Amino acid sequence: METKKNGGGTPGKRTGKGDVRYLWYALSWVLLAAFLAFWQLSATNRWVNPTIVSMPSKIWDRFVSMVSNGSLFNHIGSSLGRVLQGFLTGGITGLLLGLLMGLSPRFEAVSSLFVSLLRPILPIAWIPILILAMGIGEESKVAVISIGSFWPMLLDTINGVRSVDKQLLELGDVLEKDRKTKILRLVLPSAIPSIFTGARQAISRAWSCVVTAEMIAASSGVGFLIQYGRELSQPPLMFVGVTVIGLIGLAIDWLTSRLERRLLYRNR
Amino acid sequence: MTEKAKQAGGEISIRHAKKSFRIEGRTLEVLGDIDLTIEAGDIVSIIGASGCGKSTLLRLIAGLDFPDGGEVRIGGKKVEKPSVNVGVLFQESRLLPWDTTEKNIAFGLPEKFPRDQKKKLVAEYMHLVGLDGFEKALPSQLSGGMQKRVAIARTLINRPGVLLLDEPFGALDAFTRMNLQEEIIRIRKQERMTTVLVTHDIDEAIYMGNKVIIMSAKPGVISKVIRVELPEPRRRTSGDFALLRARVFREFYGEQELPEEYSI
Repeated sequence: METKKNGGGTPGKRTGKGDVRYLWYALSWVLLAAFLAFWQLSATNRWVNPTIVSMPSKIWDRFVSMVSNGSLFNHIGSSLGRVLQGFLTGGITGLLLGLLMGLSPRFEAVSSLFVSLLRPILPIAWIPILILAMGIGEESKVAVISIGSFWPMLLDTINGVRSVDKQLLELGDVLEKDRKTKILRLVLPSAIPSIFTGARQAISRAWSCVVTAEMIAASSGVGFLIQYGRELSQPPLMFVGVTVIGLIGLAIDWLTSRLERRLLYRNR
Repeated sequence: MTEKAKQAGGEISIRHAKKSFRIEGRTLEVLGDIDLTIEAGDIVSIIGASGCGKSTLLRLIAGLDFPDGGEVRIGGKKVEKPSVNVGVLFQESRLLPWDTTEKNIAFGLPEKFPRDQKKKLVAEYMHLVGLDGFEKALPSQLSGGMQKRVAIARTLINRPGVLLLDEPFGALDAFTRMNLQEEIIRIRKQERMTTVLVTHDIDEAIYMGNKVIIMSAKPGVISKVIRVELPEPRRRTSGDFALLRARVFREFYGEQELPEEYSI
Protein backbone atom coordinates (compact mmCIF):
# COMPACT_ATOMS: atom_id res chain seq x y z
CA MET A 1 0.00 0.00 0.00
CA GLU A 2 1.71 3.15 -1.11
CA THR A 3 1.39 6.41 0.78
CA LYS A 4 1.42 9.83 -0.75
CA LYS A 5 2.84 12.23 1.77
CA ASN A 6 1.88 15.42 -0.04
CA GLY A 7 -1.74 14.42 -0.51
CA GLY A 8 -2.30 16.29 -3.77
CA GLY A 9 -1.96 14.77 -7.21
CA THR A 10 1.48 13.76 -8.35
CA PRO A 11 2.88 16.52 -10.50
CA GLY A 12 3.40 15.57 -14.12
CA LYS A 13 6.91 14.44 -14.92
CA ARG A 14 8.34 17.26 -16.96
CA THR A 15 11.90 16.10 -16.85
CA GLY A 16 14.10 15.62 -19.88
CA LYS A 17 13.78 11.86 -19.45
CA GLY A 18 9.97 12.09 -19.66
CA ASP A 19 10.15 13.92 -22.97
CA VAL A 20 12.43 11.26 -24.40
CA ARG A 21 9.91 8.61 -23.37
CA TYR A 22 7.25 10.23 -25.54
CA LEU A 23 9.59 9.78 -28.49
CA TRP A 24 9.60 6.05 -27.84
CA TYR A 25 5.81 6.03 -27.76
CA ALA A 26 5.85 7.91 -31.07
CA LEU A 27 8.19 5.27 -32.44
CA SER A 28 5.59 2.57 -31.80
CA TRP A 29 3.16 4.39 -34.08
CA VAL A 30 5.84 4.79 -36.74
CA LEU A 31 6.52 1.06 -36.54
CA LEU A 32 2.81 0.29 -36.93
CA ALA A 33 2.57 2.57 -39.98
CA ALA A 34 5.68 1.00 -41.47
CA PHE A 35 4.25 -2.46 -40.99
CA LEU A 36 0.98 -1.51 -42.71
CA ALA A 37 2.87 0.14 -45.58
CA PHE A 38 5.06 -2.92 -46.02
CA TRP A 39 1.99 -5.18 -45.98
CA GLN A 40 0.28 -3.03 -48.62
CA LEU A 41 3.40 -3.00 -50.75
CA SER A 42 4.00 -6.76 -50.56
CA ALA A 43 0.38 -7.53 -51.46
CA THR A 44 0.19 -5.13 -54.43
CA ASN A 45 3.52 -6.43 -55.77
CA ARG A 46 2.32 -9.98 -55.14
CA TRP A 47 5.30 -10.89 -52.95
CA VAL A 48 2.61 -12.55 -50.87
CA ASN A 49 -0.73 -13.94 -52.01
CA PRO A 50 -3.29 -11.11 -51.59
CA THR A 51 -6.22 -13.51 -51.74
CA ILE A 52 -5.02 -14.97 -48.43
CA VAL A 53 -3.43 -12.11 -46.51
CA SER A 54 -5.46 -9.36 -48.20
CA MET A 55 -4.09 -5.82 -47.88
CA PRO A 56 -4.68 -2.82 -45.60
CA SER A 57 -6.45 -0.73 -48.27
CA LYS A 58 -9.03 -3.46 -48.94
CA ILE A 59 -9.52 -4.10 -45.25
CA TRP A 60 -10.04 -0.38 -44.72
CA ASP A 61 -12.62 -0.22 -47.56
CA ARG A 62 -14.49 -3.12 -46.03
CA PHE A 63 -14.30 -1.52 -42.62
CA VAL A 64 -15.72 1.78 -43.96
CA SER A 65 -18.58 0.06 -45.78
CA MET A 66 -19.46 -1.97 -42.67
CA VAL A 67 -19.41 1.17 -40.59
CA SER A 68 -21.57 3.11 -43.03
CA ASN A 69 -24.21 0.39 -43.36
CA GLY A 70 -24.11 -0.13 -39.60
CA SER A 71 -23.58 -3.90 -39.72
CA LEU A 72 -20.27 -3.65 -37.87
CA PHE A 73 -21.96 -1.94 -34.94
CA ASN A 74 -24.62 -4.64 -34.81
CA HIS A 75 -21.94 -7.28 -34.51
CA ILE A 76 -19.95 -5.33 -31.94
CA GLY A 77 -23.17 -4.63 -30.06
CA SER A 78 -24.20 -8.26 -29.83
CA SER A 79 -20.68 -9.26 -28.71
CA LEU A 80 -20.58 -6.55 -26.07
CA GLY A 81 -24.06 -7.51 -24.87
CA ARG A 82 -22.89 -11.08 -24.28
CA VAL A 83 -19.71 -9.83 -22.60
CA LEU A 84 -21.73 -7.69 -20.25
CA GLN A 85 -24.11 -10.51 -19.30
CA GLY A 86 -21.30 -13.02 -18.87
CA PHE A 87 -19.11 -10.60 -16.97
CA LEU A 88 -21.92 -9.74 -14.59
CA THR A 89 -22.95 -13.36 -13.92
CA GLY A 90 -19.42 -14.72 -13.65
CA GLY A 91 -18.02 -11.66 -11.91
CA ILE A 92 -20.71 -11.45 -9.26
CA THR A 93 -20.54 -15.19 -8.60
CA GLY A 94 -16.75 -14.96 -8.33
CA LEU A 95 -17.00 -11.97 -6.02
CA LEU A 96 -19.49 -13.63 -3.68
CA LEU A 97 -17.71 -16.99 -3.55
CA GLY A 98 -14.38 -15.18 -3.17
CA LEU A 99 -15.70 -13.25 -0.18
CA LEU A 100 -17.02 -16.45 1.37
CA MET A 101 -13.76 -18.30 0.80
CA GLY A 102 -11.66 -15.40 2.03
CA LEU A 103 -13.72 -14.89 5.16
CA SER A 104 -14.49 -18.46 6.15
CA PRO A 105 -11.59 -20.86 6.55
CA ARG A 106 -14.09 -23.75 6.70
CA PHE A 107 -15.69 -22.86 3.39
CA GLU A 108 -12.24 -22.38 1.92
CA ALA A 109 -11.13 -25.82 3.15
CA VAL A 110 -14.16 -27.47 1.58
CA SER A 111 -13.89 -25.66 -1.74
CA SER A 112 -10.14 -25.58 -2.32
CA LEU A 113 -10.13 -29.04 -3.92
CA PHE A 114 -12.72 -27.94 -6.47
CA VAL A 115 -10.85 -24.76 -7.20
CA SER A 116 -7.58 -26.57 -7.90
CA LEU A 117 -9.43 -29.14 -9.99
CA LEU A 118 -11.50 -26.76 -12.12
CA ARG A 119 -9.22 -23.78 -12.48
CA PRO A 120 -6.81 -25.31 -15.01
CA ILE A 121 -9.68 -26.03 -17.40
CA LEU A 122 -9.80 -23.37 -20.11
CA PRO A 123 -13.26 -21.90 -20.66
CA ILE A 124 -13.10 -23.03 -24.29
CA ALA A 125 -13.01 -26.66 -23.13
CA TRP A 126 -16.48 -26.26 -21.69
CA ILE A 127 -18.03 -25.10 -24.98
CA PRO A 128 -19.05 -28.51 -26.36
CA ILE A 129 -20.50 -29.53 -23.01
CA LEU A 130 -22.36 -26.25 -22.66
CA ILE A 131 -23.76 -26.46 -26.17
CA LEU A 132 -24.98 -29.98 -25.44
CA ALA A 133 -26.54 -28.87 -22.19
CA MET A 134 -27.93 -25.47 -23.15
CA GLY A 135 -28.24 -25.55 -26.86
CA ILE A 136 -26.64 -23.30 -29.42
CA GLY A 137 -28.42 -20.12 -28.32
CA GLU A 138 -27.29 -17.21 -26.20
CA GLU A 139 -27.16 -19.16 -22.91
CA SER A 140 -24.20 -21.32 -23.80
CA LYS A 141 -22.18 -18.34 -25.01
CA VAL A 142 -22.95 -16.29 -21.93
CA ALA A 143 -22.04 -19.31 -19.81
CA VAL A 144 -18.58 -19.60 -21.41
CA ILE A 145 -17.95 -15.91 -20.78
CA SER A 146 -19.14 -16.30 -17.19
CA ILE A 147 -16.63 -19.06 -16.61
CA GLY A 148 -13.89 -16.89 -18.06
CA SER A 149 -14.82 -13.94 -15.84
CA PHE A 150 -15.37 -16.06 -12.77
CA TRP A 151 -11.78 -17.16 -12.12
CA PRO A 152 -9.89 -13.87 -12.02
CA MET A 153 -12.66 -12.37 -9.93
CA LEU A 154 -12.67 -15.28 -7.48
CA LEU A 155 -8.91 -15.42 -6.99
CA ASP A 156 -8.35 -11.68 -6.67
CA THR A 157 -11.24 -11.33 -4.23
CA ILE A 158 -9.78 -14.08 -2.03
CA ASN A 159 -6.38 -12.37 -2.18
CA GLY A 160 -7.92 -9.02 -1.36
CA VAL A 161 -9.79 -10.32 1.66
CA ARG A 162 -6.67 -12.06 2.93
CA SER A 163 -4.49 -9.01 2.43
CA VAL A 164 -6.20 -7.17 5.28
CA ASP A 165 -3.65 -5.75 7.69
CA LYS A 166 -3.48 -8.03 10.76
CA GLN A 167 -2.69 -5.00 12.89
CA LEU A 168 -5.99 -3.42 11.90
CA LEU A 169 -7.85 -6.60 12.86
CA GLU A 170 -6.10 -6.49 16.22
CA LEU A 171 -7.23 -2.88 16.58
CA GLY A 172 -10.75 -4.17 15.97
CA ASP A 173 -10.27 -6.66 18.81
CA VAL A 174 -9.01 -3.96 21.16
CA LEU A 175 -12.05 -1.80 20.37
CA GLU A 176 -14.36 -4.81 20.89
CA LYS A 177 -15.76 -4.64 17.37
CA ASP A 178 -18.05 -7.47 16.30
CA ARG A 179 -17.38 -9.60 13.23
CA LYS A 180 -19.79 -7.68 11.04
CA THR A 181 -18.14 -4.35 11.82
CA LYS A 182 -14.69 -5.79 11.23
CA ILE A 183 -15.75 -7.09 7.83
CA LEU A 184 -17.47 -3.88 6.75
CA ARG A 185 -14.99 -1.37 8.11
CA LEU A 186 -11.67 -3.23 7.88
CA VAL A 187 -11.73 -6.23 5.56
CA LEU A 188 -13.81 -5.03 2.62
CA PRO A 189 -12.19 -1.61 2.22
CA SER A 190 -8.74 -3.18 2.13
CA ALA A 191 -9.94 -5.79 -0.39
CA ILE A 192 -11.30 -3.21 -2.83
CA PRO A 193 -8.12 -2.52 -4.84
CA SER A 194 -7.61 -6.23 -5.37
CA ILE A 195 -11.28 -6.78 -6.25
CA PHE A 196 -10.95 -4.04 -8.82
CA THR A 197 -7.92 -5.70 -10.37
CA GLY A 198 -9.97 -8.89 -10.53
CA ALA A 199 -12.82 -7.10 -12.26
CA ARG A 200 -10.45 -5.61 -14.81
CA GLN A 201 -9.01 -8.99 -15.63
CA ALA A 202 -12.46 -10.54 -15.66
CA ILE A 203 -13.77 -8.14 -18.27
CA SER A 204 -10.79 -8.54 -20.58
CA ARG A 205 -11.06 -12.30 -20.15
CA ALA A 206 -14.75 -12.01 -20.98
CA TRP A 207 -13.87 -10.23 -24.19
CA SER A 208 -11.48 -12.98 -25.32
CA CYS A 209 -14.06 -15.63 -24.40
CA VAL A 210 -16.87 -14.04 -26.40
CA VAL A 211 -14.81 -14.20 -29.56
CA THR A 212 -14.01 -17.86 -28.97
CA ALA A 213 -17.62 -18.73 -28.27
CA GLU A 214 -18.85 -16.87 -31.34
CA MET A 215 -16.37 -18.57 -33.61
CA ILE A 216 -17.76 -21.94 -32.63
CA ALA A 217 -21.47 -21.25 -32.72
CA ALA A 218 -23.12 -17.93 -33.48
CA SER A 219 -24.91 -15.96 -36.18
CA SER A 220 -23.75 -12.55 -35.02
CA GLY A 221 -20.83 -10.99 -33.20
CA VAL A 222 -17.23 -10.17 -33.92
CA GLY A 223 -16.09 -13.78 -33.59
CA PHE A 224 -18.79 -14.80 -36.04
CA LEU A 225 -17.46 -12.21 -38.54
CA ILE A 226 -14.08 -13.90 -38.64
CA GLN A 227 -15.56 -17.35 -39.05
CA TYR A 228 -18.02 -16.08 -41.67
CA GLY A 229 -15.17 -14.35 -43.54
CA ARG A 230 -13.36 -17.66 -43.74
CA GLU A 231 -16.46 -19.51 -45.00
CA LEU A 232 -16.99 -16.89 -47.74
CA SER A 233 -13.24 -16.72 -48.46
CA GLN A 234 -13.24 -13.01 -47.80
CA PRO A 235 -9.97 -12.21 -46.02
CA PRO A 236 -10.79 -8.48 -45.64
CA LEU A 237 -13.81 -9.43 -43.52
CA MET A 238 -11.68 -11.70 -41.35
CA PHE A 239 -9.13 -8.94 -40.81
CA VAL A 240 -11.83 -6.41 -39.97
CA GLY A 241 -12.97 -8.83 -37.24
CA VAL A 242 -9.45 -9.42 -35.94
CA THR A 243 -8.69 -5.69 -35.87
CA VAL A 244 -11.92 -4.87 -34.08
CA ILE A 245 -11.11 -7.49 -31.41
CA GLY A 246 -7.78 -5.81 -30.79
CA LEU A 247 -9.21 -2.31 -30.77
CA ILE A 248 -12.03 -3.11 -28.39
CA GLY A 249 -9.71 -5.03 -26.10
CA LEU A 250 -7.48 -1.98 -26.04
CA ALA A 251 -10.42 0.30 -25.32
CA ILE A 252 -11.62 -1.92 -22.45
CA ASP A 253 -8.16 -1.95 -20.93
CA TRP A 254 -7.77 1.80 -21.24
CA LEU A 255 -11.20 2.59 -19.83
CA THR A 256 -10.95 0.23 -16.87
CA SER A 257 -7.46 1.36 -15.94
CA ARG A 258 -8.60 4.98 -15.94
CA LEU A 259 -11.65 4.10 -13.89
CA GLU A 260 -9.50 2.12 -11.48
CA ARG A 261 -7.05 4.97 -10.99
CA ARG A 262 -9.84 7.44 -10.40
CA LEU A 263 -11.76 5.28 -7.91
CA LEU A 264 -8.73 4.09 -6.02
CA TYR A 265 -7.25 7.55 -5.79
CA ARG A 266 -10.40 8.69 -4.04
CA ASN A 267 -10.07 5.81 -1.63
CA ARG A 268 -6.49 6.28 -0.58
CA MET B 1 -19.89 2.88 28.08
CA THR B 2 -18.88 6.17 29.64
CA GLU B 3 -20.40 5.02 32.91
CA LYS B 4 -18.04 2.10 33.03
CA ALA B 5 -15.06 4.29 32.17
CA LYS B 6 -15.87 6.88 34.80
CA GLN B 7 -15.21 4.41 37.61
CA ALA B 8 -11.72 5.14 36.32
CA GLY B 9 -8.40 3.60 36.89
CA GLY B 10 -8.63 0.20 38.31
CA GLU B 11 -5.55 -1.37 39.78
CA ILE B 12 -3.55 -3.60 37.50
CA SER B 13 -2.22 -6.63 39.27
CA ILE B 14 -0.04 -9.23 37.64
CA ARG B 15 0.61 -12.40 39.62
CA HIS B 16 3.28 -14.90 38.58
CA ALA B 17 2.59 -14.33 34.92
CA LYS B 18 4.60 -16.57 32.61
CA LYS B 19 4.54 -16.75 28.86
CA SER B 20 6.34 -18.92 26.33
CA PHE B 21 5.98 -19.19 22.59
CA ARG B 22 6.69 -22.25 20.48
CA ILE B 23 8.73 -21.37 17.44
CA GLU B 24 9.67 -24.18 15.05
CA GLY B 25 9.32 -26.80 17.74
CA ARG B 26 11.46 -24.92 20.23
CA THR B 27 9.98 -23.28 23.29
CA LEU B 28 11.01 -19.70 23.82
CA GLU B 29 10.41 -18.42 27.32
CA VAL B 30 9.46 -14.79 26.82
CA LEU B 31 8.27 -13.90 30.29
CA GLY B 32 9.73 -15.56 33.36
CA ASP B 33 7.77 -14.87 36.48
CA ILE B 34 6.29 -11.40 36.49
CA ASP B 35 4.82 -10.01 39.67
CA LEU B 36 3.72 -6.43 39.46
CA THR B 37 1.08 -4.15 40.92
CA ILE B 38 0.20 -0.81 39.36
CA GLU B 39 -1.97 1.34 41.58
CA ALA B 40 -5.18 2.82 40.25
CA GLY B 41 -4.53 6.11 38.50
CA ASP B 42 -0.75 5.69 38.57
CA ILE B 43 1.60 5.84 35.59
CA VAL B 44 4.58 3.52 35.27
CA SER B 45 7.16 3.07 32.54
CA ILE B 46 8.48 -0.30 31.51
CA ILE B 47 11.86 -0.18 29.83
CA GLY B 48 14.15 -2.83 28.47
CA ALA B 49 16.11 -3.89 25.43
CA SER B 50 14.34 -5.41 22.43
CA GLY B 51 13.17 -8.92 23.12
CA CYS B 52 12.88 -8.54 26.90
CA GLY B 53 9.16 -9.25 26.71
CA LYS B 54 7.92 -5.78 27.61
CA SER B 55 5.49 -5.66 24.71
CA THR B 56 4.30 -9.17 25.51
CA LEU B 57 3.61 -8.07 29.06
CA LEU B 58 1.55 -5.17 27.72
CA ARG B 59 -0.39 -7.56 25.46
CA LEU B 60 -1.23 -9.68 28.50
CA ILE B 61 -2.68 -6.62 30.24
CA ALA B 62 -4.58 -5.70 27.07
CA GLY B 63 -6.11 -9.17 26.81
CA LEU B 64 -4.54 -9.72 23.39
CA ASP B 65 -2.46 -12.61 24.76
CA PHE B 66 -2.86 -14.77 27.81
CA PRO B 67 -0.31 -15.96 30.38
CA ASP B 68 0.58 -19.66 30.47
CA GLY B 69 0.66 -19.46 34.23
CA GLY B 70 -0.45 -16.90 36.77
CA GLU B 71 -2.99 -14.21 36.04
CA VAL B 72 -3.61 -10.59 35.19
CA ARG B 73 -6.35 -8.63 36.92
CA ILE B 74 -7.66 -5.16 36.28
CA GLY B 75 -9.74 -3.62 39.08
CA GLY B 76 -9.93 -7.07 40.62
CA LYS B 77 -11.40 -8.65 37.50
CA LYS B 78 -9.43 -11.26 35.61
CA VAL B 79 -8.48 -10.19 32.08
CA GLU B 80 -10.03 -12.67 29.65
CA LYS B 81 -10.44 -10.61 26.49
CA PRO B 82 -9.75 -7.11 25.19
CA SER B 83 -12.05 -4.45 26.57
CA VAL B 84 -12.96 -0.90 25.56
CA ASN B 85 -12.17 0.04 29.14
CA VAL B 86 -8.53 -0.75 28.39
CA GLY B 87 -7.27 1.62 25.70
CA VAL B 88 -4.20 0.62 23.71
CA LEU B 89 -2.00 3.00 21.76
CA PHE B 90 0.23 0.96 19.48
CA GLN B 91 3.57 1.93 18.04
CA GLU B 92 2.00 2.16 14.60
CA SER B 93 -0.91 4.57 14.44
CA ARG B 94 -3.08 1.86 12.83
CA LEU B 95 -5.48 4.30 11.19
CA LEU B 96 -8.00 3.15 8.61
CA PRO B 97 -6.38 4.56 5.44
CA TRP B 98 -9.72 4.87 3.62
CA ASP B 99 -11.46 6.87 6.36
CA THR B 100 -11.22 10.54 7.27
CA THR B 101 -9.88 11.81 10.58
CA GLU B 102 -13.42 12.12 11.95
CA LYS B 103 -14.39 8.62 10.98
CA ASN B 104 -11.16 7.21 12.34
CA ILE B 105 -11.75 8.83 15.71
CA ALA B 106 -15.40 7.77 15.75
CA PHE B 107 -14.24 4.19 15.14
CA GLY B 108 -13.08 4.22 18.76
CA LEU B 109 -16.71 4.39 19.90
CA PRO B 110 -19.12 1.45 19.95
CA GLU B 111 -21.20 1.11 16.75
CA LYS B 112 -24.49 1.60 18.55
CA PHE B 113 -23.43 4.87 20.16
CA PRO B 114 -26.11 7.55 19.43
CA ARG B 115 -25.28 9.49 16.29
CA ASP B 116 -25.60 13.07 17.52
CA GLN B 117 -23.60 12.35 20.67
CA LYS B 118 -20.97 10.62 18.57
CA LYS B 119 -20.58 13.74 16.47
CA LYS B 120 -20.26 15.99 19.48
CA LEU B 121 -17.77 13.73 21.17
CA VAL B 122 -15.62 13.40 18.06
CA ALA B 123 -15.47 17.20 17.74
CA GLU B 124 -14.52 17.45 21.39
CA TYR B 125 -11.68 14.96 21.06
CA MET B 126 -10.48 16.47 17.78
CA HIS B 127 -10.09 19.68 19.74
CA LEU B 128 -8.47 17.94 22.70
CA VAL B 129 -5.62 16.60 20.56
CA GLY B 130 -5.35 19.78 18.49
CA LEU B 131 -6.72 18.53 15.18
CA ASP B 132 -9.40 21.18 14.57
CA GLY B 133 -9.86 21.77 10.86
CA PHE B 134 -8.59 18.33 9.80
CA GLU B 135 -11.97 16.58 10.08
CA LYS B 136 -12.05 15.54 6.43
CA ALA B 137 -8.36 14.79 5.98
CA LEU B 138 -7.28 11.26 5.09
CA PRO B 139 -4.44 9.68 7.07
CA SER B 140 -2.16 9.87 4.01
CA GLN B 141 -2.55 13.65 4.08
CA LEU B 142 -1.39 13.93 7.70
CA SER B 143 2.13 13.96 9.11
CA GLY B 144 3.28 11.12 11.36
CA GLY B 145 2.73 13.24 14.46
CA MET B 146 -0.80 14.16 13.41
CA GLN B 147 -1.62 10.56 12.60
CA LYS B 148 -0.53 9.73 16.11
CA ARG B 149 -2.85 12.43 17.44
CA VAL B 150 -5.75 10.81 15.60
CA ALA B 151 -4.83 7.48 17.17
CA ILE B 152 -4.66 9.09 20.62
CA ALA B 153 -8.11 10.65 20.19
CA ARG B 154 -9.52 7.32 18.97
CA THR B 155 -8.09 5.56 22.04
CA LEU B 156 -9.26 8.18 24.53
CA ILE B 157 -12.75 8.84 23.16
CA ASN B 158 -14.05 5.80 25.07
CA ARG B 159 -12.61 7.28 28.27
CA PRO B 160 -10.81 4.05 29.17
CA GLY B 161 -9.90 3.52 32.81
CA VAL B 162 -6.61 1.95 31.76
CA LEU B 163 -4.28 3.28 29.07
CA LEU B 164 -1.57 1.07 27.61
CA LEU B 165 1.11 2.72 25.50
CA ASP B 166 3.30 0.38 23.45
CA GLU B 167 6.33 2.40 22.34
CA PRO B 168 3.81 4.91 21.04
CA PHE B 169 6.19 7.65 19.94
CA GLY B 170 9.13 5.50 18.87
CA ALA B 171 8.78 6.27 15.18
CA LEU B 172 8.47 10.04 15.60
CA ASP B 173 11.11 12.76 15.57
CA ALA B 174 12.37 14.09 18.92
CA PHE B 175 10.32 17.31 18.94
CA THR B 176 7.04 15.69 17.95
CA ARG B 177 7.70 13.04 20.55
CA MET B 178 8.16 15.61 23.32
CA ASN B 179 4.99 17.44 22.27
CA LEU B 180 2.94 14.27 22.39
CA GLN B 181 4.41 13.29 25.76
CA GLU B 182 3.12 16.63 27.09
CA GLU B 183 -0.29 15.92 25.57
CA ILE B 184 -0.56 12.57 27.30
CA ILE B 185 0.53 14.08 30.63
CA ARG B 186 -2.02 16.89 30.22
CA ILE B 187 -4.87 14.53 29.35
CA ARG B 188 -3.94 12.19 32.18
CA LYS B 189 -4.34 15.06 34.65
CA GLN B 190 -8.02 15.24 33.68
CA GLU B 191 -8.79 11.57 33.23
CA ARG B 192 -6.48 9.88 35.74
CA MET B 193 -6.45 6.58 33.96
CA THR B 194 -4.04 3.91 35.15
CA THR B 195 -1.27 4.09 32.58
CA VAL B 196 1.49 1.73 31.50
CA LEU B 197 4.10 3.04 29.08
CA VAL B 198 6.37 0.57 27.35
CA THR B 199 9.37 2.29 25.84
CA HIS B 200 13.04 1.94 24.99
CA ASP B 201 13.66 5.63 25.49
CA ILE B 202 15.19 6.21 28.95
CA ASP B 203 14.33 9.92 29.05
CA GLU B 204 10.74 9.19 28.11
CA ALA B 205 10.50 6.54 30.82
CA ILE B 206 11.71 8.93 33.53
CA TYR B 207 9.83 11.94 32.22
CA MET B 208 6.46 10.20 32.14
CA GLY B 209 6.55 7.49 34.76
CA ASN B 210 6.22 7.60 38.52
CA LYS B 211 8.14 4.35 38.50
CA VAL B 212 10.58 3.01 35.95
CA ILE B 213 10.41 -0.75 35.74
CA ILE B 214 13.51 -2.20 34.16
CA MET B 215 13.24 -5.59 32.47
CA SER B 216 15.97 -7.94 31.38
CA ALA B 217 15.67 -10.60 28.73
CA LYS B 218 15.78 -14.41 28.40
CA PRO B 219 13.48 -14.90 30.13
CA GLY B 220 11.90 -11.50 30.56
CA VAL B 221 11.86 -10.60 34.23
CA ILE B 222 11.72 -7.39 36.22
CA SER B 223 15.29 -6.65 37.24
CA LYS B 224 14.83 -3.35 39.00
CA VAL B 225 12.18 -0.79 39.92
CA ILE B 226 13.32 2.81 40.20
CA ARG B 227 10.98 5.35 41.82
CA VAL B 228 10.82 8.72 40.14
CA GLU B 229 10.11 11.17 42.93
CA LEU B 230 10.48 14.31 40.89
CA PRO B 231 7.93 17.12 41.23
CA GLU B 232 5.82 17.96 38.21
CA PRO B 233 6.32 19.50 35.77
CA ARG B 234 9.52 17.55 35.41
CA ARG B 235 12.56 19.12 33.80
CA ARG B 236 14.71 16.98 31.57
CA THR B 237 17.66 19.29 32.18
CA SER B 238 17.60 19.17 35.98
CA GLY B 239 20.38 17.57 37.98
CA ASP B 240 17.93 15.18 39.63
CA PHE B 241 16.77 14.03 36.22
CA ALA B 242 20.37 13.42 35.19
CA LEU B 243 20.95 11.38 38.30
CA LEU B 244 17.95 9.19 37.62
CA ARG B 245 19.02 8.82 34.01
CA ALA B 246 22.45 7.71 35.18
CA ARG B 247 20.89 5.16 37.53
CA VAL B 248 18.85 3.65 34.73
CA PHE B 249 21.93 3.62 32.50
CA ARG B 250 23.86 1.78 35.17
CA GLU B 251 21.24 -0.98 35.16
CA PHE B 252 21.93 -1.57 31.51
CA TYR B 253 25.64 -0.85 31.15
CA GLY B 254 27.18 -1.43 34.59
CA GLU B 255 29.27 1.02 36.58
CA GLN B 256 31.10 3.00 33.94
CA GLU B 257 28.53 5.80 33.92
CA LEU B 258 29.48 8.67 36.20
CA PRO B 259 26.53 10.02 38.15
CA GLU B 260 27.12 13.18 40.16
CA GLU B 261 30.47 14.26 38.81
CA TYR B 262 31.20 16.51 35.92
CA SER B 263 34.28 16.56 33.74
CA ILE B 264 33.56 19.51 31.50
